[in-house]
Amino acid sequence: MLGIVRQKMLEQSLKKIPPAVSVLRSYSSAAKQMTIRDALNSALDEEMSADSKVFLMGEEVGEYQGAYKITKGLLDKYGPERVLDTPITEAGFTGVAVGAAYYGVKPVVEFMTFNFSMQAIDHIINSAAKTNYMSSGQISVPIVFRGPNGAAAGVGAQHSQCYAAWYASCPGLKVLAPYSSEDARGLLKAAIRDPDPVVFLENELLYGESFPVSDEVLDSSFCLPIGKAKIERKGKDVTIAAYSKMVGYALKAAETLEKDGIDAEVINLRSIRPLDRSMINASVRKTSRLVTVEEAFPQHGVGAEICASIVEESFAYLDAPVERIAGADVPMPYAANLERMAVPQVEDIVRAAKRTCYRSVS
Amino acid sequence: MANWLRISSRTVANHIKKRMNKEFMGGAVHVNQSSGLWWGLNRGGPVSDRNRRHMDPLAWNRATLLCVQRFKTTLAEKQHDSFLSSDSDDDNQSVDFPGGKVSYTSEMSFISESSQTRVPCYRVLEDDGDLISDCDFQQVSKEDAVKMYSNMVTLQIMDNIFYEAQRQGRISFYLTSAGEEAISIASAAALSEQDIILPQYREPGVLLWRGFTLQEFADQCFGNKADYGKGRQMPIHYGSKKHNFFTISSPIATQLPQAAGIAYSLKMDNKKACVVSYIGDGGTSEGDFHAGLNFAAVMEAPVIFFCRNNGWAISTNVSEQFRSDGIVVKGRAYGIRSIRVDGNDALAVYSAVSAAREMAINEQRPILIEALTYRVGHHSTSDDSTKYRQLDEIVYWKKARNPVNRFRNWVQNIGWWSEQQEAQLRNSVRKQLLEAIQVAEKTEKPPLSELFTDVYDHPPSNLEEQEKHLRETVTRHPKDYPSDISV
Repeated sequence: MLGIVRQKMLEQSLKKIPPAVSVLRSYSSAAKQMTIRDALNSALDEEMSADSKVFLMGEEVGEYQGAYKITKGLLDKYGPERVLDTPITEAGFTGVAVGAAYYGVKPVVEFMTFNFSMQAIDHIINSAAKTNYMSSGQISVPIVFRGPNGAAAGVGAQHSQCYAAWYASCPGLKVLAPYSSEDARGLLKAAIRDPDPVVFLENELLYGESFPVSDEVLDSSFCLPIGKAKIERKGKDVTIAAYSKMVGYALKAAETLEKDGIDAEVINLRSIRPLDRSMINASVRKTSRLVTVEEAFPQHGVGAEICASIVEESFAYLDAPVERIAGADVPMPYAANLERMAVPQVEDIVRAAKRTCYRSVS
Repeated sequence: MANWLRISSRTVANHIKKRMNKEFMGGAVHVNQSSGLWWGLNRGGPVSDRNRRHMDPLAWNRATLLCVQRFKTTLAEKQHDSFLSSDSDDDNQSVDFPGGKVSYTSEMSFISESSQTRVPCYRVLEDDGDLISDCDFQQVSKEDAVKMYSNMVTLQIMDNIFYEAQRQGRISFYLTSAGEEAISIASAAALSEQDIILPQYREPGVLLWRGFTLQEFADQCFGNKADYGKGRQMPIHYGSKKHNFFTISSPIATQLPQAAGIAYSLKMDNKKACVVSYIGDGGTSEGDFHAGLNFAAVMEAPVIFFCRNNGWAISTNVSEQFRSDGIVVKGRAYGIRSIRVDGNDALAVYSAVSAAREMAINEQRPILIEALTYRVGHHSTSDDSTKYRQLDEIVYWKKARNPVNRFRNWVQNIGWWSEQQEAQLRNSVRKQLLEAIQVAEKTEKPPLSELFTDVYDHPPSNLEEQEKHLRETVTRHPKDYPSDISV
């Protein structure tokens, strides 16, 4: 409550601040900064403290403090019974964790990267996602699969794929993709508390980035609803829908577009399944133009699904074809120059937005 | 390995005692001073004797110590090593490596790919049902023995009738346990209701033992509204929370690491129960077999891995499945105690599972049981096994090595069963089954609402919308939909 009041006061004072700064400040009232890494770590810590059934499993999560230090300090605090270092077998430890979840405890399984989750994908889909349905509600699977997803920097094809579309196509799973520290804390807590299996897609390059967090976000009971997107930046000319790291790119693109007199609305999807179709449609009905942004391969992707949803429900409102920005349709190359060309850049988003506004993009 | 039977019991006992100091044997080897290896060679003693032997103070303390050590971080590894070095022995030539001390040798010799003789198979009854004299087994009460036998007969008849029903087109699929009745019934009989079962798919006998009724079996096969699975799964994919029998899942061997996970959870909860997971010979080729067993051993989880080695994985014979001496020898590779048992001998299976359960729970360790048997029936109704194996091989196992006949001979010989009871039982079961099928066939299928429930804990709005649309469409265009959909 206090957070909201402070936010309103801040918004009013924001109007007096020059534009470049105000964009950065348009989250909740910013007293503290928190990195994604700390946001995830604190969320895990608080949920493990609140519920003794929650435990962690994964390679290097214990003694090594986590391959990306997300689980730092948790082994010392909760002991090896609740923070399990596993042998190298994604299929193995995912199966073990799913079994434990069948029994009723709440595992949080870390994949060193979601690329390695492919070795366990049968357990994720056939055992975790479908079991509640196949057992007609007798066996629920309160499990969370988390880890870095998508491209990092110079890690090549087998370490750079984005799995949002694959997992989000499967009924029975929930798929979340946080962007800011507020997202990371709120969505991870929600995922751990959720009785259904949740795939939680983080981003390696965002781990070290800081975002402002309000006291409300820092409270241990803070939780974000699953299935609701967030409007990161209000606008009226074009809707840009993105998730994870691309939200940051979309916001930068919006800054550039503003100089050209285009007022972009940026939506942070937060939840890939369930997709917040009503918010996206409401936004497009307001702006009449849509650009979807993802780092993943274009075919059968999240952007394709959003486009289908808009065409099904808001076709008459569109003033221009939907623009879909995605990664190149090639396995990720390693060389830095090639890699840069294989993922979307801010300029690509700017050009796409201009195309929807019938502006020249030269 | 196979030579242990021929060594005198006293020599073995001394050997075991000496090795008790070495951690890889742990504190879990119990030696009865008077009659050698407790689980192999004692002369048919009553159950209470066996229990007392478990309370051997030295061994128990060692086991407890091991358990306690598990719950510290790996910094405890250093303490581990000091145990090993305390027994210096005649190993004055040894080297330190991660994992412990090993002695070295200048003679280069490869461990043979197979031992001279195969691991022997534990059995209690002769092929004709006579009790082997002077054998070691867990006594069964008359009540249990009669229940075991009746259940084996019921399972046999149930298989025949449901198989026929599939052939008549009344159900879409069925899979029999022909030839393996002793395995599922006898193993279930040795467990408690609290023990959690993760089946593969050829163990409905376990559910039958625990009280699943013929009607409940029929309802699942017909996928009607009384089915606990709400008509969502193929026939024979039974599941029942109240019977602690996890819903059958088609992908092979996925239940093995899951079993390790559940066993670990039981351990965290300090429950006096274990997990029993079943797998066939073919399933042991899956990656999950390796992961499940390895994990269970590392986590010291109370799980029994029960492998039904029935010789065939659809058309793949065991000689094309692996080149090891069956599955039992793989246990040692994971540090898991194992036994090979005659799967067609109900009493042997009962005894082995009984003993395994005690070890799993009291010592918090996994156990591997390989039951040798033969898959008399086809893999399923989608298979015709005469296409890849000899008919006379099938007939031989069906007639001469039949586990149901063998057990009947034993029960009859000690006067606990009669021909008359046999006829009565068979008639009654047959009648009940035919009735159950009729009822199941006539029962309505699950209503439309059950298409959309249980995808998630709470139905999401998009599914609620879809259900609404579907209802409207079915109501508006009834001739496009089957008439037995209750909207």
